Amino acid sequence: MIDANLMIENFPSFLGGGSGQAVLSTSDGLILTLELLFYSLLGGLALSIPLGLMRVSRNRLVSGAVWLYTYVFRGTPMLVQLFIIYYGLSQFEAVRESWAWTYLQEAYFCALLAFTLNTAAYTTEIIAGQIRNTHWGEIEAAKAMGMSKWLMMRRIVIPAALRRALPAYSNEVVMMLQGTSIAGLVTLADVTGVARRIYSDTYMPFEPFLMAGLIYLAFTFLFVWLFKLAEKRWLAYLAPRKH
Amino acid sequence: MFLQGYLPSILEGAALTLEVAAASLVVSVVLGLIGAMFKMAHSRALVWSAELYSTVVRGVPDLVWMFLLFFGGQMLINDIAERFGLGAPEINPMIAGVLTIGFIFGAYMTETFRGAIMSVPKGQMEAGAAYGMSPLRVFFRITAPQMVRFALPSFSNNWLVLVKSTALVSVIGLNDMMYKADTAKSITQEPFTVYMVVAAIYLLITTVSIVALNALNKRYSTGVRESEL
Repeated sequence: MIDANLMIENFPSFLGGGSGQAVLSTSDGLILTLELLFYSLLGGLALSIPLGLMRVSRNRLVSGAVWLYTYVFRGTPMLVQLFIIYYGLSQFEAVRESWAWTYLQEAYFCALLAFTLNTAAYTTEIIAGQIRNTHWGEIEAAKAMGMSKWLMMRRIVIPAALRRALPAYSNEVVMMLQGTSIAGLVTLADVTGVARRIYSDTYMPFEPFLMAGLIYLAFTFLFVWLFKLAEKRWLAYLAPRKH
Repeated sequence: MFLQGYLPSILEGAALTLEVAAASLVVSVVLGLIGAMFKMAHSRALVWSAELYSTVVRGVPDLVWMFLLFFGGQMLINDIAERFGLGAPEINPMIAGVLTIGFIFGAYMTETFRGAIMSVPKGQMEAGAAYGMSPLRVFFRITAPQMVRFALPSFSNNWLVLVKSTALVSVIGLNDMMYKADTAKSITQEPFTVYMVVAAIYLLITTVSIVALNALNKRYSTGVRESEL
């Protein structure tokens, strides 16, 4: 039923090779998936720290604006967000004539933009939640040491909040890994896109999609394991006592 | 005219999207309950199979599952039909979509229900058994009503994620909101407006869900004292 040989034969296609081409001669497949994941997570994290701080701001207008952003992005499918950016923006002549159009007409940048904005929304809420969870004693201690508000944020509140955010963030990373699979729906050849290409060439559904599934599964396990290690390293002080 | 009169067509798609979501929810709840019972069973094989189900399903993207189960299932059915000398029946995409999404979220529900059942004090079930209730009756009369409160937060989250996953079903040929939007986009040449309408409808579904689930949560937490900080 399932041809293991075909699965092995197809494997190089997931690593940017296939049909006479050397492996890694293109970034198709795994490389593209990991690239999209890495850049969007990096951008999302960078955005979410200032946004997280704004989200807990006492200024209702500031925190309300960030809330609206995270609510809209968390309340709609990422596929719709991607389509709004990839198909939608071309509706406006101003966009088509601007410098940004060079990037916005490319599926790759649209996917990166959509993924970044999406993960930033989720991560902002994770970080804001952890900033709110800061123990009052730590704030008082920082004030007693004469720290200014920003020094306290930089040295005390944010590092501790980021550590505590690790378990929830590991979930977000896994969700994003799987979320990148929609890149194939805007013509990109990520892992899922390559599997679809093989399917439409061979009409064999099991081998390519099982292979794709195994790749995602392997990386899910890898990320979960890495985050476990990170938690051991940075959250050891919160672990229950062992004796 | 707004979107050249394509709004009703998108709303029709929205109705189908909701149908798919609701039907998938039923499938996922049934699978989740079965999975949770397997996980708490005494048989190693049952525990192991439920563990495998919830781990493997959650480690693979829903889009890949959809392709695998829809295209793979079609081929499997064709093969079987051929073996019996029958014509190949077409898989109904609605059924395929509902089963796929239900199958995926059954894995998430397994975790939800397992945690919730474990949160109900054991003495409750033991008391039910002491009254001579059958295990099934204990479950429906004693465990189920009490576990709702513990299951609701995670259940709500699963529902919200499930609704958003329905955006993918148009890839297997369902005429849902995304499919209708695609048609409307090509004809009206107003892709931004079309997808903003779709986004607004999804946001509306999310918002109504959150309000309703919060009300439900309040109802099921009646008489439970909240811890105040």
